[in-house]
Amino acid sequence: MKIAIPVDEKSLESNVCASFGRAPYFLIYDIDTKESVFLENSATASTGGAGVKAAQMIADKKANILLAPRLGENAAEVFKAAEIKIYKTTTASAKDNIDAFIGGKLSLLNEIHAGFHGHRGN
Amino acid sequence: MLSGKGGTGKTLVSVNLAAAAKESTYIDCDVEEPNGYLFFKPENIQEEEMLVGIPKVDEKRCSGCRKCVEFCNFNALAYIKDKLIVFKEVCHSCGGCIILCPEKALTEKEKGIGKIQKGTSDQVTVYTGVLNIGEPSGTPIIKKLLAQNKPEANKVTFIDCPPGSACIVMESIADADYCILVAEPTLFGVHNLNMVYELVKLFHKPFGVVLNKCMVGENPAEKFCLEKGIKILGRIPFDNELGILNSNAEIAVRKSEKYRMFFSSLLETVKREVHHETTSNY
Repeated sequence: MKIAIPVDEKSLESNVCASFGRAPYFLIYDIDTKESVFLENSATASTGGAGVKAAQMIADKKANILLAPRLGENAAEVFKAAEIKIYKTTTASAKDNIDAFIGGKLSLLNEIHAGFHGHRGN
Repeated sequence: MLSGKGGTGKTLVSVNLAAAAKESTYIDCDVEEPNGYLFFKPENIQEEEMLVGIPKVDEKRCSGCRKCVEFCNFNALAYIKDKLIVFKEVCHSCGGCIILCPEKALTEKEKGIGKIQKGTSDQVTVYTGVLNIGEPSGTPIIKKLLAQNKPEANKVTFIDCPPGSACIVMESIADADYCILVAEPTLFGVHNLNMVYELVKLFHKPFGVVLNKCMVGENPAEKFCLEKGIKILGRIPFDNELGILNSNAEIAVRKSEKYRMFFSSLLETVKREVHHETTSNY
């Protein structure tokens, strides 16, 4: 089973990135092999639709689960079509969230925002 | 009429110049928040829906090559579990994916994004573009508005632009013979003036500045114009009477002799400048 997480840096200790579509990297963590792969997010420079492009990239990497603090509606639609389940992160580091997910401590993300569409979501 | 931000007085200047010109055309290109009609209260309104093309996929023909997904600069397409998904709110209707599809699996489907209205207010023909909430781009509406207007000789068209200096503004000034930049007397006003100043220079458009909300004391926007050698077309005072008329959605030119004279004189200045620019450049 593969978990995808938007991260600020290329490290397991990295913080989870608050933005999904414009996160600098995605960590793809394989629970079975314990292998970590960091992907550069090519959607960061997009004029629009960054969430769609980033979600496509994660679906193409055959991830089964996404851990994120929040998500826009277009990205959520891609994940729904790809049958990728989204769980809400609870702590700062990617590693701690992976452990929390494995321990069954994360719940499904159910608030989906309407997207920021070029505006900063802070 | 352009400005780097909203609220500087584009509509005030456009509406009053159009009213001062009597027989003229006013086009409200600020399609996200058109407000010129509030002043003109146009009659005999004709309305037309604005339709654009978005892609529709024939799943039987789609081979999953993803050429369209990779091509789309706005990421309006995704290919998931052997199915193409179109995000119609993200699509900018460029039509590129339809041209590109090697399997001819994509065809154009119409989608409404807003409307254009045409009406009259005394001798002024008033065009208004309205973009539906949530739509990414009003550019198609502006193209249509400008194409609808068939300017007659000796009849001036006043284009009330959206604020800023993005694509939508570039489209609005595409056919303009002259640009009027409206500026506020603050440092922030200078920043915004500089944005549109750079834009009109880039497009090699002749231009001048109208200083709005002028008060006693230093005017940073005026200083900017003097430093850059920009023509100042007029100075609108920060005046209670004008403020009241404007807040009540009245056209100052039609209500006040003082402002009828002021905007008629500004119009003459602009016309002189346009004449000068067109004769000196060609």
